[in-house]
Amino acid sequence: MTDTMRSHGEAARGPSAAVAAVTTGSANTLMRLTDPPMRAVQRLIGAARMPYVFLLPNLVFFGLFVFLPIGINIVFSVTGGTALFPGERPYAGAEHYARLLDCGSYLDAASCREDLFWRGVGNTLTFTVLQMVAMVLFSLVTALVLNRPIRGRGFFRAVYFFPVLLSPVVVALIWKWILQRDGLLNAVLTTAGGEKILFFVDPGWAMFWAVFVSVWAHMGFYTLILLAGLQAIPRDVYEAAEMDGTRPWRVFHRITLPLLWPNLLVVLVLVLIRSVQVFDEVFVLTGGGPGTATLMVVQYIYTTAFANQVQNFGLAGAASVLLGAVLFVLTLIQLFLTRRRAS
Amino acid sequence: MKKAAWMAGCALALSILGAAGAQAETTLRIMWYSDGNEGEVMNDLLRRFEEKNKDVKVVLDQVPFKAINETLPVQLASGKGPDLARITDMGGLAPYLLDIRSHVKDAVYWEQNYGPFLQWMRVPGNTSAIPGYMTQLTVTGPFVNKTLFEQAGVAMPGANATWEDWAKAAKAVADKVQAPFPVAFDRSGHRFFGLAVSQGAQMAEAGGELKPVDDGFKRAAKLVVDWHKSGVMSKELWGAVSGTAYRGANEEFKNAQVVFYESGSWQTAQFDKTIGDAFDWIAVPTPCGPANCSGMPGGAALVALKTSSHPAEVGRLLDYLASEEVANEFYARTLFVPGHIGLARKGIAYTSASPQAAAALKVFGDAVGKLDPVAYRIQGDPSSRIVFNAAISRLGQVVVGETSLDDAYQRISADVAQQIAERRKKQ
Repeated sequence: MTDTMRSHGEAARGPSAAVAAVTTGSANTLMRLTDPPMRAVQRLIGAARMPYVFLLPNLVFFGLFVFLPIGINIVFSVTGGTALFPGERPYAGAEHYARLLDCGSYLDAASCREDLFWRGVGNTLTFTVLQMVAMVLFSLVTALVLNRPIRGRGFFRAVYFFPVLLSPVVVALIWKWILQRDGLLNAVLTTAGGEKILFFVDPGWAMFWAVFVSVWAHMGFYTLILLAGLQAIPRDVYEAAEMDGTRPWRVFHRITLPLLWPNLLVVLVLVLIRSVQVFDEVFVLTGGGPGTATLMVVQYIYTTAFANQVQNFGLAGAASVLLGAVLFVLTLIQLFLTRRRAS
Repeated sequence: MKKAAWMAGCALALSILGAAGAQAETTLRIMWYSDGNEGEVMNDLLRRFEEKNKDVKVVLDQVPFKAINETLPVQLASGKGPDLARITDMGGLAPYLLDIRSHVKDAVYWEQNYGPFLQWMRVPGNTSAIPGYMTQLTVTGPFVNKTLFEQAGVAMPGANATWEDWAKAAKAVADKVQAPFPVAFDRSGHRFFGLAVSQGAQMAEAGGELKPVDDGFKRAAKLVVDWHKSGVMSKELWGAVSGTAYRGANEEFKNAQVVFYESGSWQTAQFDKTIGDAFDWIAVPTPCGPANCSGMPGGAALVALKTSSHPAEVGRLLDYLASEEVANEFYARTLFVPGHIGLARKGIAYTSASPQAAAALKVFGDAVGKLDPVAYRIQGDPSSRIVFNAAISRLGQVVVGETSLDDAYQRISADVAQQIAERRKKQ
């Protein structure tokens, strides 16, 4: 091989080869630097305990930004007053929890001492049920359609996924402009000879749009999960069903749905947890109104802690702990279902 | 050659050190919000202050009004905050305000010109602290779309007209010209109390406990609820959001959708700038109720904060800004009602205002003299914002039919009592 040919060959390998060389070199240098101290640590604590050393950075991160705030929140929930530092707050015991749970009937928010909390609980439940049904249904239908060999499939996948990339506040503002009195939708309605509808004044419409906007914004993500599940179903199962002359509905019911179930379960649990935590989109879109028709638990917590003149961190902390307990139970259910399925 | 290089290096190092020495030694930060052009005007004044005080640099951090109400209190409670801030909840933040009496040149000047308002900024029992000065005195009052009245051919109620007179007239106009908002009130407890004081609300204490709901309060609440039922007020303002959220109707007024808009003097500058000659608008005196024809005073103050490490420089800056000459320029250029007694007496020459803005400012200026003492007391009460928030939150629920007025009264009293009790808890 001549020199000219060799240099042409190197040029052909191009920048990717150079990047790979640099990366490998850097990795080797890093390994050389970290190897002696890691060996020293291993000698000190033994090989069996080494995994904990590797887990330590993440544990520190979680400890500082997850477990410590949870602990502080619990301290706030059992202390009172308006002081910010836990050490300056008087002990209140279960006072805030008792206040939140003091109800004549849990089905009637008006009978509760902290009625706004229970209105928030009721609204969050309604939102969660509606959102779960709508989200799973629309994501599944979209995934089924996008899984078919239709023209422009890649384009439509991108279109459905695009809203996921937007900030929830941006999403809510866009829809607010569309839905307000002089918004786009009312302009279309009046042009078509209809009457303007005040969507944010009617409780039913406000909840409908809160759910709709949330589904619109996040459906793409869940569609992707389901699409991945659909594409993992072996083609030969469908071919066998086709050869047997099985009707499409039966194929969906007896093949697609059971084989997609693990993905559906993930979607269900993720939607459930996200629905219980909903705040930003609904807060910007409806402000919790009309009245308290779309006031969610997290908005109640935010308002209690920050928007009132007397910032009641204790009561807000107690409400957060109760919400956290609900989410913990939901996560346990998810783990249980996932493990049962796996076994 | 080597020697020359060394000398050049030393000269460069010395020049850098010299420049650093010549720079400001103290940086003051102000947390500021704007309704109109006041941030721009304040920046001009601060640059002039810096020219005269080379050792001080002032940074104006412009934030949304929401940050002043929600973020600043948390910062102050944590002991970290700016040196100064422009605030409206003077009573609520009074414990965090720095007394600059020992750092101002002439405390008597401050007492004479800002005295009545200084009391709003002091913790109960304190009669001497000078925490800051009023960047603006506000007074609630109505704006009226005169063009809509002319188009509808409806006569405008005259002087000493009642709230009911204006509601009736505004509804008649709105029906004729198809305006969606006959009467609009900002969704704000402060604005509600503008009505409530005229109905006889006292917000008095009895047996050491604050009584927010009295007969005057109830009369005002009933008027608001009835107006919503009869279509005089649209649910889009008070009903469309929940809790303590503020919702103004200034955009609707600017778009000629509102006939009668109860807001306040601070809107004058933006209406002057944005409405232009699109339609004729005027400010009218606050309508009368059975008790009086008073609105609510209010305003914003630029205050020194205990979180500052530079009280002397803060005092110097406030002395400059609160001086008669500088304050006069600020009020004149921002079209604000002066919170300076001397300047209020002399009158401000609003040279940049259009004739209708100048007329509106005259109406608001006259209204200051008619404010009921009860209105001043309510505004100065450290618990006023608790009551304002509870009122707006619960009346909003009544407006959309979630609860009854009687239930709302009970909830307002309970909310206020609970928050005051929480505030009193100390370790």
